[in-house]
Amino acid sequence: MTVLGVGVIGFVYWFFFGKKEAATVAANKLTVTVEGGYKPSVIRLEKDKTTTLTFLRKDSNSCLEELVFPDFKIKRYLPMNEPVNVEINPKERGKYEFHCAMNMFKGKIVVG
Amino acid sequence: MTQIAKLSFPVIGMHCASCARLIERSLKSTSGVVNAQVNYGSEQASVEYSNTVCSPKDLEKAVQSAGYKAILGKDTQELKEEEKTRQLQELKIKVIVSSILSIAILLGSFTQMNPYLLWFLATPVQFWAGREFYLATWSGLRNRAASMDTLIAIGTSVAYLYSVISLNADGAMYFDTSAVIITLILLGRYLEAKAKAHTSDAISKLLGLAPKTARVIRGEKETDVPVEEVKVDDLIRVRPGEKIPVDGVITEGSSSLDESMVTGESMPVDKGQGDAVIGATFNTSSSFVMRATKVGRDTVLAQIVKMVSEAQSSRSPIARLADKVSGVFVPVVLMIATSVFVVWYVTSGFSFAFSNMIAVLIIACPCALGLATPTAIMVGVGKGAEKGILIKDAEALEIANKINTIIFDKTGTLTEGKPVVTDVTPVKNLKFLSRRQAGRIRNLLQIAASLEKGSEHSLAEAVLEQARKKEINALPVSDFKALHGMGIRGSIERKMYYFGNRKLMAESGVDTRDLEKDSIGLEARGKTVMFLAEKKKLLGIVAVADVPKQSAKETINILTKKRVAVWMITGDNKRTGKAIAESLGIKNVLADVLPDQKADKVRGLKVRGSGFAVAFVGDGINDAPALASADVGIAMGSGTDVAIESAGVTLLNKDLKSVVSAIDLSRRTMNTIRQNLFWAFGYNVILIPVAAGILYPFTGWLLNPALAAFAMAASSISVVGNSLRLKLTKI
Repeated sequence: MTVLGVGVIGFVYWFFFGKKEAATVAANKLTVTVEGGYKPSVIRLEKDKTTTLTFLRKDSNSCLEELVFPDFKIKRYLPMNEPVNVEINPKERGKYEFHCAMNMFKGKIVVG
Repeated sequence: MTQIAKLSFPVIGMHCASCARLIERSLKSTSGVVNAQVNYGSEQASVEYSNTVCSPKDLEKAVQSAGYKAILGKDTQELKEEEKTRQLQELKIKVIVSSILSIAILLGSFTQMNPYLLWFLATPVQFWAGREFYLATWSGLRNRAASMDTLIAIGTSVAYLYSVISLNADGAMYFDTSAVIITLILLGRYLEAKAKAHTSDAISKLLGLAPKTARVIRGEKETDVPVEEVKVDDLIRVRPGEKIPVDGVITEGSSSLDESMVTGESMPVDKGQGDAVIGATFNTSSSFVMRATKVGRDTVLAQIVKMVSEAQSSRSPIARLADKVSGVFVPVVLMIATSVFVVWYVTSGFSFAFSNMIAVLIIACPCALGLATPTAIMVGVGKGAEKGILIKDAEALEIANKINTIIFDKTGTLTEGKPVVTDVTPVKNLKFLSRRQAGRIRNLLQIAASLEKGSEHSLAEAVLEQARKKEINALPVSDFKALHGMGIRGSIERKMYYFGNRKLMAESGVDTRDLEKDSIGLEARGKTVMFLAEKKKLLGIVAVADVPKQSAKETINILTKKRVAVWMITGDNKRTGKAIAESLGIKNVLADVLPDQKADKVRGLKVRGSGFAVAFVGDGINDAPALASADVGIAMGSGTDVAIESAGVTLLNKDLKSVVSAIDLSRRTMNTIRQNLFWAFGYNVILIPVAAGILYPFTGWLLNPALAAFAMAASSISVVGNSLRLKLTKI
């Protein structure tokens, strides 16, 4: 039982924390599907350039109904199955998180 | 004339690319449609159509006839309201049905009811009422992410499945546990959703302020048009009892306006021709005509809404830890639950292990952590907006709570910003003026005001205003001449008068000794003294000063009591500056400061790493660098200029006491956040080990999984409730 338990813990760790996602480069616009998280969840943007990210929520989980970009002071309500545009123009290089209202589902914007 | 209109709208219900083609065909076959494109990926349709042949309603029908739904003419706010109402209704039905079933299951478990009947009752609760937990878990797992739904789905499924297996193996039944957990959590969600809706009341209230129509004057006709159609430079009539539709300037008539909804200022304001008026404020007395200067997104109200919603979306530094924790919370709880099962299984057997594992999964509540900061900020920022206090972001709110030094700009902030006549002193024993003192003062003012009528000097307005107040009519003046840097002269009823400074008197050979003492005394108090003489005979003096605002002294007093060090910064010389500061009870003065030196002086007062903050209060227009260089810039607007980028806090009214209110608001909001975080962290840190059975060896205590569900639901509701309490506080 102990071995099985350790195995389960190891699996949980690998499954949730071992996830590595390559950044998706957004040119002028990019559609992000909101379904059990954000797809893609790592987005690369250019500095000083406005990019339109279109969020499309396909998940009825009410956790995902609000989208927050705290560093850009943007909060949007995402109605089901309806595209919502978010325009972002990063002024500085760095990594900026975006997340759901309670901060359990996350995505990242990388400005290089 | 036929015009081709373009319209894009979302379409709901497509599940493949051929659905898109189907809708396209249906749209194109509608008469009047020139072109239609439907994108399956973005679920958007864009249509070009002739607006004389068909209307958006026809397009909606065309989409509907193909079996899908077009979302037309609704904004996000309406959609949100609709979806929220629908969700609440659905949740309510689920709570009622699953409550009835759970009570039956509970009673059945105690009375040894047939296990198959229990199974029959528990199944709809598990899969119908609990469906959303499964859907959320599934979509999360596909993305290798987890939310609290994952914990609930795993916890209740394990209990349910174990009970199903036990049906034939004659083992323990946990149908009551799974059903009660689901019911309680749904009930919690229902109450939480109802409470949470009130945290964003401020924005709905602000949006509700905007009037829907405006009475626009076009040519001879006056027509009511929707407010969205009002253009800049349109002339609009506003009748008494109506709201002002957009921002503008009065061109005809005057009235008394109630601006409290925007500025928080409770006294009505009198406005006349040339005065700026703010959209959404209320015309209380008479009809007037205004010219629209700002419409749509540019109006003060729109800017306030934007600022408030931006502030509500910003990140508060205090929440950083909670953010980090809630991000990894669920997987960590899954690992803890597994360890709990293993430890108890090895030491005490399956039953203990199973029950404790479920309790851990259910009691862990990342929601309380996630809700702790944002709900308090939403309520706090909203409360401020109601009082005319606009907070730029959560960070400004947090820093404002640490203010221990406030620097006030003098002109326009502590003072009214425009000079007024404070003293009129006639020379004693003048024979040809009225015998009574009041009459002599009137005589002096009448001559001074008559002369100043032709002047453009800033002090002239003060004299004319005083004469207007006392209902003194000006006399005709001839031979008027402005004497640069000294004053003016003019002839009234064939007598030559001189009105100006000491230099003018000296040049005209007027002896000022009679009032020398008075004038020096007035100057020492920071006032500007002007002498009035007839030929070479001194008649009297008029003193003018920029007087402190009514609330200035009281505000300084309150701040001093709160142990905040108050400073005054001014371009005046040291003597004048000190005189004004002393009259207000301010001990620290920075005088002789040129406008471009203010920012440096503010920086000079900041102490790095002290944990305290320095605030600068200015009027926001020429004080931008100083506002930006302080830890918190507090801009005092006139209610017409809210887009003050460099300030952390913008006060829409001119009442200085709002500075105290802003500090109070920030202190209370931060206290609420601290309480919430303490409660949310404390709850999880204490109750997860209790649920894991850590107290069992010492006290014999274990946590029933159903009780865990109750505690979990109660924790999020209490956090939201605590934030809503902020609404009731008086600031």
